[in-house]
Amino acid sequence: MENKSTSRRQFLAAGILAGIAAGCSSKKNPFDKYAGDDVKASGETVKLLSVDGEIIEMDKAFLKPVPDLPTISNSEERKGINGKKFAMVIDLSRCKNVGACKTACNHAHQLSPGQNWIKVLEMQDADHTAPYWQPTTCMHCDSPPCVKVCPVDATFKRQDGIVLIDSDRCIGCRFCMAACPYSTRVFNWGEPVLEKEVAEQHYSCETSIPQKKGTVSKCDFCPDMARKGELPHCVSACPNGVYFFGDMNEDSVTNGAETFRFSDLIKDKAGYRLMEDLGTKPRVYYLPPVNRNFPFESGLENESPEDKMTH
Amino acid sequence: MENSTVLTSEQITSDLLPQKFGKRGMIWTGILLLFCAFGAFAYYRQLKYGLVVTNMRDYVSWGIYISNFVFFVAISLVGSLITAIFRLANVPWRTPLTRISEIIAVSAITFAALIIIVDMGRPERLLNLFIHGRLQSPIIWDVIVISTYFCLSLFLLYITLLPDISILINAREKLGKPFSKLYRWLASYWKGTTAQEKIRNRCITIICIVIIPVAFSIHTVTSWLFATTYRPGWDSTNFGAYFISGAFLVGAGGVVVAMYIFRRYYNLEKYITEKHFEKMGRVVVLLALLYLYFNINEYLVPAFKMKKPEEAHLTQLFAGEYAPLFWFAILVGMIIPIFIMLFKKGRKPLPMFIAGVMVVVGAWFKRYLIVTPTLLHPFLPMEDVPASYHHYFPSWEEWAIAMGSLAGVLLIITFFARVFPIISIYKTLTDKNETQQSS
Ligand code: SF4
Repeated sequence: MENKSTSRRQFLAAGILAGIAAGCSSKKNPFDKYAGDDVKASGETVKLLSVDGEIIEMDKAFLKPVPDLPTISNSEERKGINGKKFAMVIDLSRCKNVGACKTACNHAHQLSPGQNWIKVLEMQDADHTAPYWQPTTCMHCDSPPCVKVCPVDATFKRQDGIVLIDSDRCIGCRFCMAACPYSTRVFNWGEPVLEKEVAEQHYSCETSIPQKKGTVSKCDFCPDMARKGELPHCVSACPNGVYFFGDMNEDSVTNGAETFRFSDLIKDKAGYRLMEDLGTKPRVYYLPPVNRNFPFESGLENESPEDKMTH
Repeated sequence: MENSTVLTSEQITSDLLPQKFGKRGMIWTGILLLFCAFGAFAYYRQLKYGLVVTNMRDYVSWGIYISNFVFFVAISLVGSLITAIFRLANVPWRTPLTRISEIIAVSAITFAALIIIVDMGRPERLLNLFIHGRLQSPIIWDVIVISTYFCLSLFLLYITLLPDISILINAREKLGKPFSKLYRWLASYWKGTTAQEKIRNRCITIICIVIIPVAFSIHTVTSWLFATTYRPGWDSTNFGAYFISGAFLVGAGGVVVAMYIFRRYYNLEKYITEKHFEKMGRVVVLLALLYLYFNINEYLVPAFKMKKPEEAHLTQLFAGEYAPLFWFAILVGMIIPIFIMLFKKGRKPLPMFIAGVMVVVGAWFKRYLIVTPTLLHPFLPMEDVPASYHHYFPSWEEWAIAMGSLAGVLLIITFFARVFPIISIYKTLTDKNETQQSS
């Protein structure tokens, strides 16, 4: 935290200094990166308080808000939201592969074409058992294999249970991808397809925006939404209420329309976690595909053309 | 060595002094340089466009860069085998092979480090490994042991070279100017006094002892990059030993190939004799049997059980898409060489050379088979990804970089042999004196 706030202070100070310098020597607006055109001093001045408590005066024309300074520091992002233990419950009996979760997620996180953090998998456990649709996110394991192997602490576990990635630190070794048994991680093999303003934003671990070339990414449980008291994008986008999100400390999960006591829901509906035997301790729970709202086949028409090809 | 007893010291020295590149040497070097340049161009493209220029994707996230890395680490182990283990075991015929194996070790480990940087998505953040390094990651262990091994190998190479360099300094009229500055910079302080000699010997003994556990750790840790994950085909407690036995095999194979080439090209028949091939043949057979043993463990035991996640992986290796390559690696990399070298006739230089090439080529593909097919068999089905993610075949950039790195290793060895004697003159002379005294 110290790091970030000092660098922020330095940045502001540097900006102010640059502004002063610019005011004296050139007419370039120091705050605007692309508009190379000259800004005329308006003659109107404002008084500002500098970092060391001095009052300085500068021309109004040179003041521009810096739009994308991170709202929380990197170390705060690494710590997590105090007192929370986030968990997700995915009700397989409600899923018919609509894919609204995917679309919303891809859009909200500005993923490049071809990338999906949420994968809706067509599952069949054994030859004669019934197939079902399984939306798969990051499991945010309590014993996360990816975090164990990351050499630089670029992927980390927070005290609120969320596993996040610091794309400003990731060296792109992809060890975490090999380590993750759920194959949840997505790599930016090339330059991400982003709009210029998005690409130039300051990276935030909590929004995972903007994606960066040569680094890894994955479902982040939308902690930025949680901070605002809102649900992750997939949860609110799903028309069938498949996803439930909530806080284990409060013992409640909700899909926006219905709210359950987490422990009751898991108990009554026989919730389980994926690959329990590996000992990864996921924070995503599944409710088995019994008494389904939709027949499995109704989801087939929503399959992406590529997946149709490969079956 | 019966042969060298008839040689005079002057002759030994003049035979073993580094020689200028002939025409063939020039062509060879030129070809290697071309490969390297092509690899560098491919890497430039990769830096510019990112890892998209490779055919690695989200499922096969490690491809031939990593298998090449494993191959380099493996082959570099030979430096410790031939120099350190043979020295401690007092194997008398090792003299003409030690320097060859040491330079193979140094150049291979150098390129192992380089290729791993090539594999990184953000090579410019390499320093993060030191700034933010976390000790629980096997990658950090690898960084530590590989850099240690590199330093030790380089030092071992240097310290065994010292008396030879001073011979080179003295042979200045014969060698002409080209490297005399370098020689003097490296070893002008070396006078060969008893005190110096004593320190040198002690150093060599210490390094030889220390380098063995370090060599074991570089390849064990490299195997742990795989074995610490859950993936079928990697999730094995056998992996460290399996990798090390394979490493000694490919290293010994590499030394055999190098022996043959140096012997022919530098006319070293009197130094690298048929007896050396005969002995190395036995060593290679032993190592190949050992590696075969670990392979049987590695494949037979899981195949017996056929656990569900393993099943797809194993059947694809035994009878599926990767079967030709798999059986090629087993047969050509182990079984056929064993059969060649089991017989006395097979341990003559030419058949040994062929067997050595088979071992090395088989080993390269074996590494590929260890890395890639596993990644194509994740626990959950591969869906909601572009169709191209379901397969992997290296792109031309990947081939160019992999080949360029192989050429780079050979280039270092070639230049080394141009500048320094590839067989220790000093040691050959001492050996000669000893045999004369004892007889
Ligand atoms: S790819 Fe990035 S996040 Fe993953 S292990 Fe490597 S450095 Fe860590």
